[in-house]
Amino acid sequence: MYQYNDFDRAFLATRNAQFRAQVERRLDGSLTEDEFKPLRLMNGVYLQLHAYMLRVAIPYGTLSSAQMRQLALLAEKWDKGYGHFTTRQNIQYNWPKLTDIPDMLDALGEVGLHAIQTSGNTIRNVTADHFAGAADDEVADPRPIAELLRQWSTDHPEFQFLPRKFKIAITGAPNDRAVTRAHDIGLVLKRRDGALGVEVIIGGGLGRTPMVGKTVRDFLPIEDLLPYCEAIVSVYNRLGRRDNKYKARIKITVHENGLDTMREKIEARFAELKPLFSGVDQEMLAGIERSFALPDFVDNTPAPILDPVLQSFVDTNVTAHKRDDHAIVTISIKKHGETPGDATADQMRLMADLAEAHAYGELRISHEQNVILPHVRRDALPALFEALKAAGLGTANVGLASDIIACPGMDYCALATARSIPVAQGIAKRIDELKIEHDVGHLKIKISGCINACGHHHVGHIGILGLDRAGVENYQITLGGDGSERTAIGERAGPGFAYDQVVPAIERLILAYLDLREGAEETFIDAYRRLGPAPFKAALYPEEKQDAA
Amino acid sequence: MSRNRPFTPKVVTANLLREGDVVYLTDRDEWTLDLREAEVLEDEAHAQMRLVEADKPAVVVGVYLADVTVTETGPVPSHFREDFRASGPTNYAHGKSSGQRPGPEV
Repeated sequence: MYQYNDFDRAFLATRNAQFRAQVERRLDGSLTEDEFKPLRLMNGVYLQLHAYMLRVAIPYGTLSSAQMRQLALLAEKWDKGYGHFTTRQNIQYNWPKLTDIPDMLDALGEVGLHAIQTSGNTIRNVTADHFAGAADDEVADPRPIAELLRQWSTDHPEFQFLPRKFKIAITGAPNDRAVTRAHDIGLVLKRRDGALGVEVIIGGGLGRTPMVGKTVRDFLPIEDLLPYCEAIVSVYNRLGRRDNKYKARIKITVHENGLDTMREKIEARFAELKPLFSGVDQEMLAGIERSFALPDFVDNTPAPILDPVLQSFVDTNVTAHKRDDHAIVTISIKKHGETPGDATADQMRLMADLAEAHAYGELRISHEQNVILPHVRRDALPALFEALKAAGLGTANVGLASDIIACPGMDYCALATARSIPVAQGIAKRIDELKIEHDVGHLKIKISGCINACGHHHVGHIGILGLDRAGVENYQITLGGDGSERTAIGERAGPGFAYDQVVPAIERLILAYLDLREGAEETFIDAYRRLGPAPFKAALYPEEKQDAA
Repeated sequence: MSRNRPFTPKVVTANLLREGDVVYLTDRDEWTLDLREAEVLEDEAHAQMRLVEADKPAVVVGVYLADVTVTETGPVPSHFREDFRASGPTNYAHGKSSGQRPGPEV
């Protein structure tokens, strides 16, 4: 893993000292709220519905055990004993006091973490495949590139006041687990004739106007990546609309100008910029790559699994590793009925300890709000599972219907128009009561509490969008979305549902799928693609079916 | 806006600068965590005046008027967003939800 050097530590200490002084000046009245707000946002501090919220970046979702323990410390010392892992590989603390936040930032700095650029119209936390460095389908580990992008984009003087926020995601595998086509820039590492390159995708995004990203370069030599990204952001910085915040994201810039025009301008800017990158970026990358060396894997011979409960956990929560005698273990932070993505300080510490004991001290946070141990010795799986189970972390539901993405919604978020969390809790509990989710199989349900789509509802096989309709919570359902390499935006099924009608509606949808599928091997999304929306809509709106009959 | 539309009663609300907590202005010019103790403003001119008076940037942030319905036990929120602000999140029994919501104390 990347370790902060003296420059990084000094930079962070300076930024934290600056913010501490800014907070003091706000409290003594030297700064107005209008003056202070952009400063606090640059440091990840929001004012939400009930309290301040501190959003901490977990770069490309990678954490060490020591960092996870420090996140637990923050939760316990300055919050209410828990943290919320988000859909952008961040952690949010929902209850800090403004007066405590400078101390929290200093504590984060001790372990090489910060909250810089987790808000504002800047390049945000660079996200990556949460199985990076471990997955058996990987062309190359994307994290060194992601770290290079992090260093380049952090405090980049030209890109602190972009037209709107800017999100970059990268994957090194053909099976896209990073939703690259729903980002402002999506990067997919590829090999061609033995050389490493990258497919560059621009203009993807969810939110008010969801769009699937478009490929602007099919194969860019890896050494050109940084000047090319700088060219993209530079062109966007000039062309992006600043007159209307709802049309300010690069997806609208690409849509309004056309991909060909954007490509022409990006290539022209790239030609100007490339000579200015003297190769120092490649020297930096080489250094970064050395810090991402794989652990010294320990050979082991796992015993056959005889326990059916453990086998069930392995079936859902364990993924093939590059090495046969190791495994990737996803720890579900989605126990039925719990808040998706929330982990208590004790749970965080336990996961840190287990990573140290069985997984070389590495953890990952997924955009699906789960925690991953990327390198687990297979002979340690029984002991690991027992420890997780005892802490309420052994839920075998990864990739299933109760593994729901949900934004904080109106329980916390000042932008939300309806609640998300209780809807997710209600669906998960009902699915658990019916005992059908293992039969239902692979199903992605994603819930957003407003049109900004932090819960990625557009790319859920079943998407749920909470809205305020005349002062009442109302939920639209979309069908057929997909966040994988077959990215698709879900289609709205029909009229929305009242809060107390959403869970029954989703239940009807899932039961209809079980009736409609050709067999257990046909997943929900495959059945939807084969049959189209009609039979699913009929399940959602049975009264209309009766009316038609 | 129609001059004939009846005025919806309001309270002045904000978040505390230091703690971030949701608070309401009382008729004693104090900030309270409890909506039931808030001063209910029954006409537009008075409400606007109290809003201006309440905007004390060294104490609170984001001062605004929120609609309420007046009941025997005091003002209650007219909109569900204000209901959550007044009573806390619904997923945990903490914050203002302490002792009111089902679920674990985290």
